[in-house]
Amino acid sequence: MSPIDATERSNDRSLAASCAVLGAAVGVFGIAFGVGSVAAGGSVAMTCVMSLLVFTGASQFSAVSVIASGGSTAAALAGASLLAARNGVYGLAMSRTLRGSLLKRIIAAQITIDESTAMSTAQEEPQAARVAFWWTGLSVYVFWNAGTLIGALAGNAIDPKKFVLDAAFPAGFEARVLPHLRHRSGRRAAAIGAVICAVTIPFMPAGVPILCASVGVLVGVKKP
Amino acid sequence: MCISWCAGGGEETMTWTLVLVLSAIAYTCKVTGLVIIGGRELPEVVDRCLNLIPAALVSALIVNSTIGGDDGIVVDARAVGVAAAIIVATKRAPLVVVIVTGAAVTAVVRAVGLAP
Repeated sequence: MSPIDATERSNDRSLAASCAVLGAAVGVFGIAFGVGSVAAGGSVAMTCVMSLLVFTGASQFSAVSVIASGGSTAAALAGASLLAARNGVYGLAMSRTLRGSLLKRIIAAQITIDESTAMSTAQEEPQAARVAFWWTGLSVYVFWNAGTLIGALAGNAIDPKKFVLDAAFPAGFEARVLPHLRHRSGRRAAAIGAVICAVTIPFMPAGVPILCASVGVLVGVKKP
Repeated sequence: MCISWCAGGGEETMTWTLVLVLSAIAYTCKVTGLVIIGGRELPEVVDRCLNLIPAALVSALIVNSTIGGDDGIVVDARAVGVAAAIIVATKRAPLVVVIVTGAAVTAVVRAVGLAP
């Protein structure tokens, strides 16, 4: 092994380690999802299958949150699908980095999410970008699903309101919205979305205000 | 479906339909971007719209789960907890700290009986 190879390998190893740490942190959020989903009336099996198959945090939280506030399945699906659409954009961004067999790309698609795309696009070298994508995606997959199982089992045993998990939910959303507020268009979309939602809550069936808020996107997208 | 949509009623609980249909939609989105469209470019305006969806929807979700209730708007201990969490979040605190702050402040407000 040449010295250059050795340096590259050790760089890859430390990159992989930091991606795995990120995955573990997301696992904590998985526990919150598991508790919330069971509290919204989901069984442990439903909750775990959702994390295994849907595997995109914001959509899952959105669906459960709409159901928990009394919304219909259709309203829950609509909001969650809008949020899932951005994974398609991540896929486009990653398609230049992730080459290889069709089977490999079909597997990669399932772990094309916020975290894996962010870690991968932050790398300068193509090899590091691939390492970051796979390590982040797979470690988030493992920890998110382990967290979901723990949360779902715990949620069956406790009363979420007693343990103030009903406030943990919106608090968790806040941390997710912040990165989107760095640009003016993002702040505008968020402000209009929040106002539309608050104004329509008293008049609309549960969950529908979330969909009305998507009008905020059209206002935000106009050039400043 | 329209009746349950319009009334917001029907099955107001988690169902296998929700889990499986959402699974199919989520995977379709991922595979469309990565495998089917591949390296091609989207029109810039579509790209920007898709990028703004989380900002608008997640902020609406915060409002909804903070003041939403069975009967219109309900302001209770959650609002205080969420306000505290917003302050901590704008100071760039880690996710866990934000969630714990929101829950802890809500618990304190409920415990001392300031709000339900």
